[in-house]
Amino acid sequence: MTSIKEKIYKWIFATLAFSSLVFLIGIIIVLFKEGMPIFKEVTAFKFIFGKSWYPTYSEPEFGILPLILGSIWVTLGAIFICVPLGVGSALYLHELAGHKQRAILKPIIEILASIPSVVFGFFGMVIVTPFIQKLFHLPTGLCALNGSLILGIMATPTVCSLAEDALSYVPKSFREASFAVGANRWQTLTQVVMPAAGSGIATAIILGMSRAIGETMTVLMVTGGAAVMPHSYLEPVRPMTAAIAAEMGEAPMGGSHYHALFAIALILFLVTLVFNIIAEIISRRFRIKLGLSG
Amino acid sequence: MHNRIKIKADSINFFYNKVQALKNINIDILEKQVTAIIGPSGCGKSTFIRLLNRMDELVPHTSITGKIYIDDVDIFHTSADPVEIRKRVGMVFQKPNPFPKSIFENVSYGLKINGIKDKSFIEEKVEMSLKKAALWSEVKDRLHESALKLSGGQQQRLCIARCLAVQTEAILFDEPCASLDPISTAKIEELILELKKEYTIVIVTHNMQQAARSSDYTAFFLLGELIEFGKTQDIFTKPNDSKTEAYITGRFG
Repeated sequence: MTSIKEKIYKWIFATLAFSSLVFLIGIIIVLFKEGMPIFKEVTAFKFIFGKSWYPTYSEPEFGILPLILGSIWVTLGAIFICVPLGVGSALYLHELAGHKQRAILKPIIEILASIPSVVFGFFGMVIVTPFIQKLFHLPTGLCALNGSLILGIMATPTVCSLAEDALSYVPKSFREASFAVGANRWQTLTQVVMPAAGSGIATAIILGMSRAIGETMTVLMVTGGAAVMPHSYLEPVRPMTAAIAAEMGEAPMGGSHYHALFAIALILFLVTLVFNIIAEIISRRFRIKLGLSG
Repeated sequence: MHNRIKIKADSINFFYNKVQALKNINIDILEKQVTAIIGPSGCGKSTFIRLLNRMDELVPHTSITGKIYIDDVDIFHTSADPVEIRKRVGMVFQKPNPFPKSIFENVSYGLKINGIKDKSFIEEKVEMSLKKAALWSEVKDRLHESALKLSGGQQQRLCIARCLAVQTEAILFDEPCASLDPISTAKIEELILELKKEYTIVIVTHNMQQAARSSDYTAFFLLGELIEFGKTQDIFTKPNDSKTEAYITGRFG
């Protein structure tokens, strides 16, 4: 009896565990099925490198380069914000902050991660937009810079939290060894701790990027939404995610526009997938390097 | 014995938070001699050895009274630089702790952080240190491989070489063989006897035979107190204190 019971439990939990795999495969299938038809109308090359995105014209054009560049610009900008902020705060938390400061600061940084993205978007529209507008004397403050700023702040807790983990994985004995040969704190940090934690920190940054590139609501609200080739951080852009969210509602189901949006989603999915795989490989190497279990 | 005093502990009391870990310790450690510190777990022997090059400072919430002198210099004086002290007095730890760098980089690390850039000097020093640590013949063909590929005993000798490249005066061993097999342990002990020609050595050990084999002087710690200190021969053959006798004959600990 018990062996049958055990088998049933095993199957129930196995089903639950594998269900996420089913969802993943399902999503991939849908993305391919709904995205691929657009390549009957435009070649993949023209789709990715085409410079005009006019999906609703009577002679529609499906070049998503402006959207791809919009995503890249905003994400790169966000990295300039979240890497110094995130890695810097991780270093401070780990190396300099006392126990009390840490106990207060770390949860606060993590709370930042739990704020809904629409709230960040709102903050961007109401506070950052007029500020950028006034600062640079622009017709509108909704622009790539705005998106980068907000995304950067949003990705900071991810980067900080993972970078801090990476630092704490560095065994205490490395530090002791460094101090024992007469290194000071700064030398120990830059020459032993940072290199040892380096690939862990790189993983943190990549996952932060992955978070930024996939973020939708915020960029929809603050980047201005112009699907044109970006020329300046002070002009509106339309990242891929924003395009999908904004246009899906008005694209007739089964039409070319609809398939084009799915194809964008497919590309986005592949990009974040690659980011996550790279992050996983690096972090595995990192654990092996420090002699932790792989 | 005409060796002069290299390290002098004068009325040392040490506290973790409010718990007293060391009680009024007085020891004179002689130059170019091996001094072993023995005692059961928790007796304060590791705590004590870490004071000798101020490694205790890495642990928060501690306080200390009393003085430690190295060559008559008060190392806890406000003008004393812990970094300078650690350049003179090195430490080898319980578990081998090579950096995840190459063998060469491990040994040259101490030189580099001290601002030495002369490549041939560094190479020479690395070779010399590895030779002194009896590791050169085993690694000379793979200096640029990761130190983590070495065996535990080799890693520990690498850590000793890393000290030797920088430290000129004294080396503290904190249970250096705790995680090693008997053959590696024998190699380290041999090495300690060799190193004593040039260095003042303090070794904390759990292993009574190790203390008996490799030291000239032995200090017996119990519950934060120094129970007895004297020539190793005397401590092991005719201890003055009944507690010392009980410990070395294996009745507790």
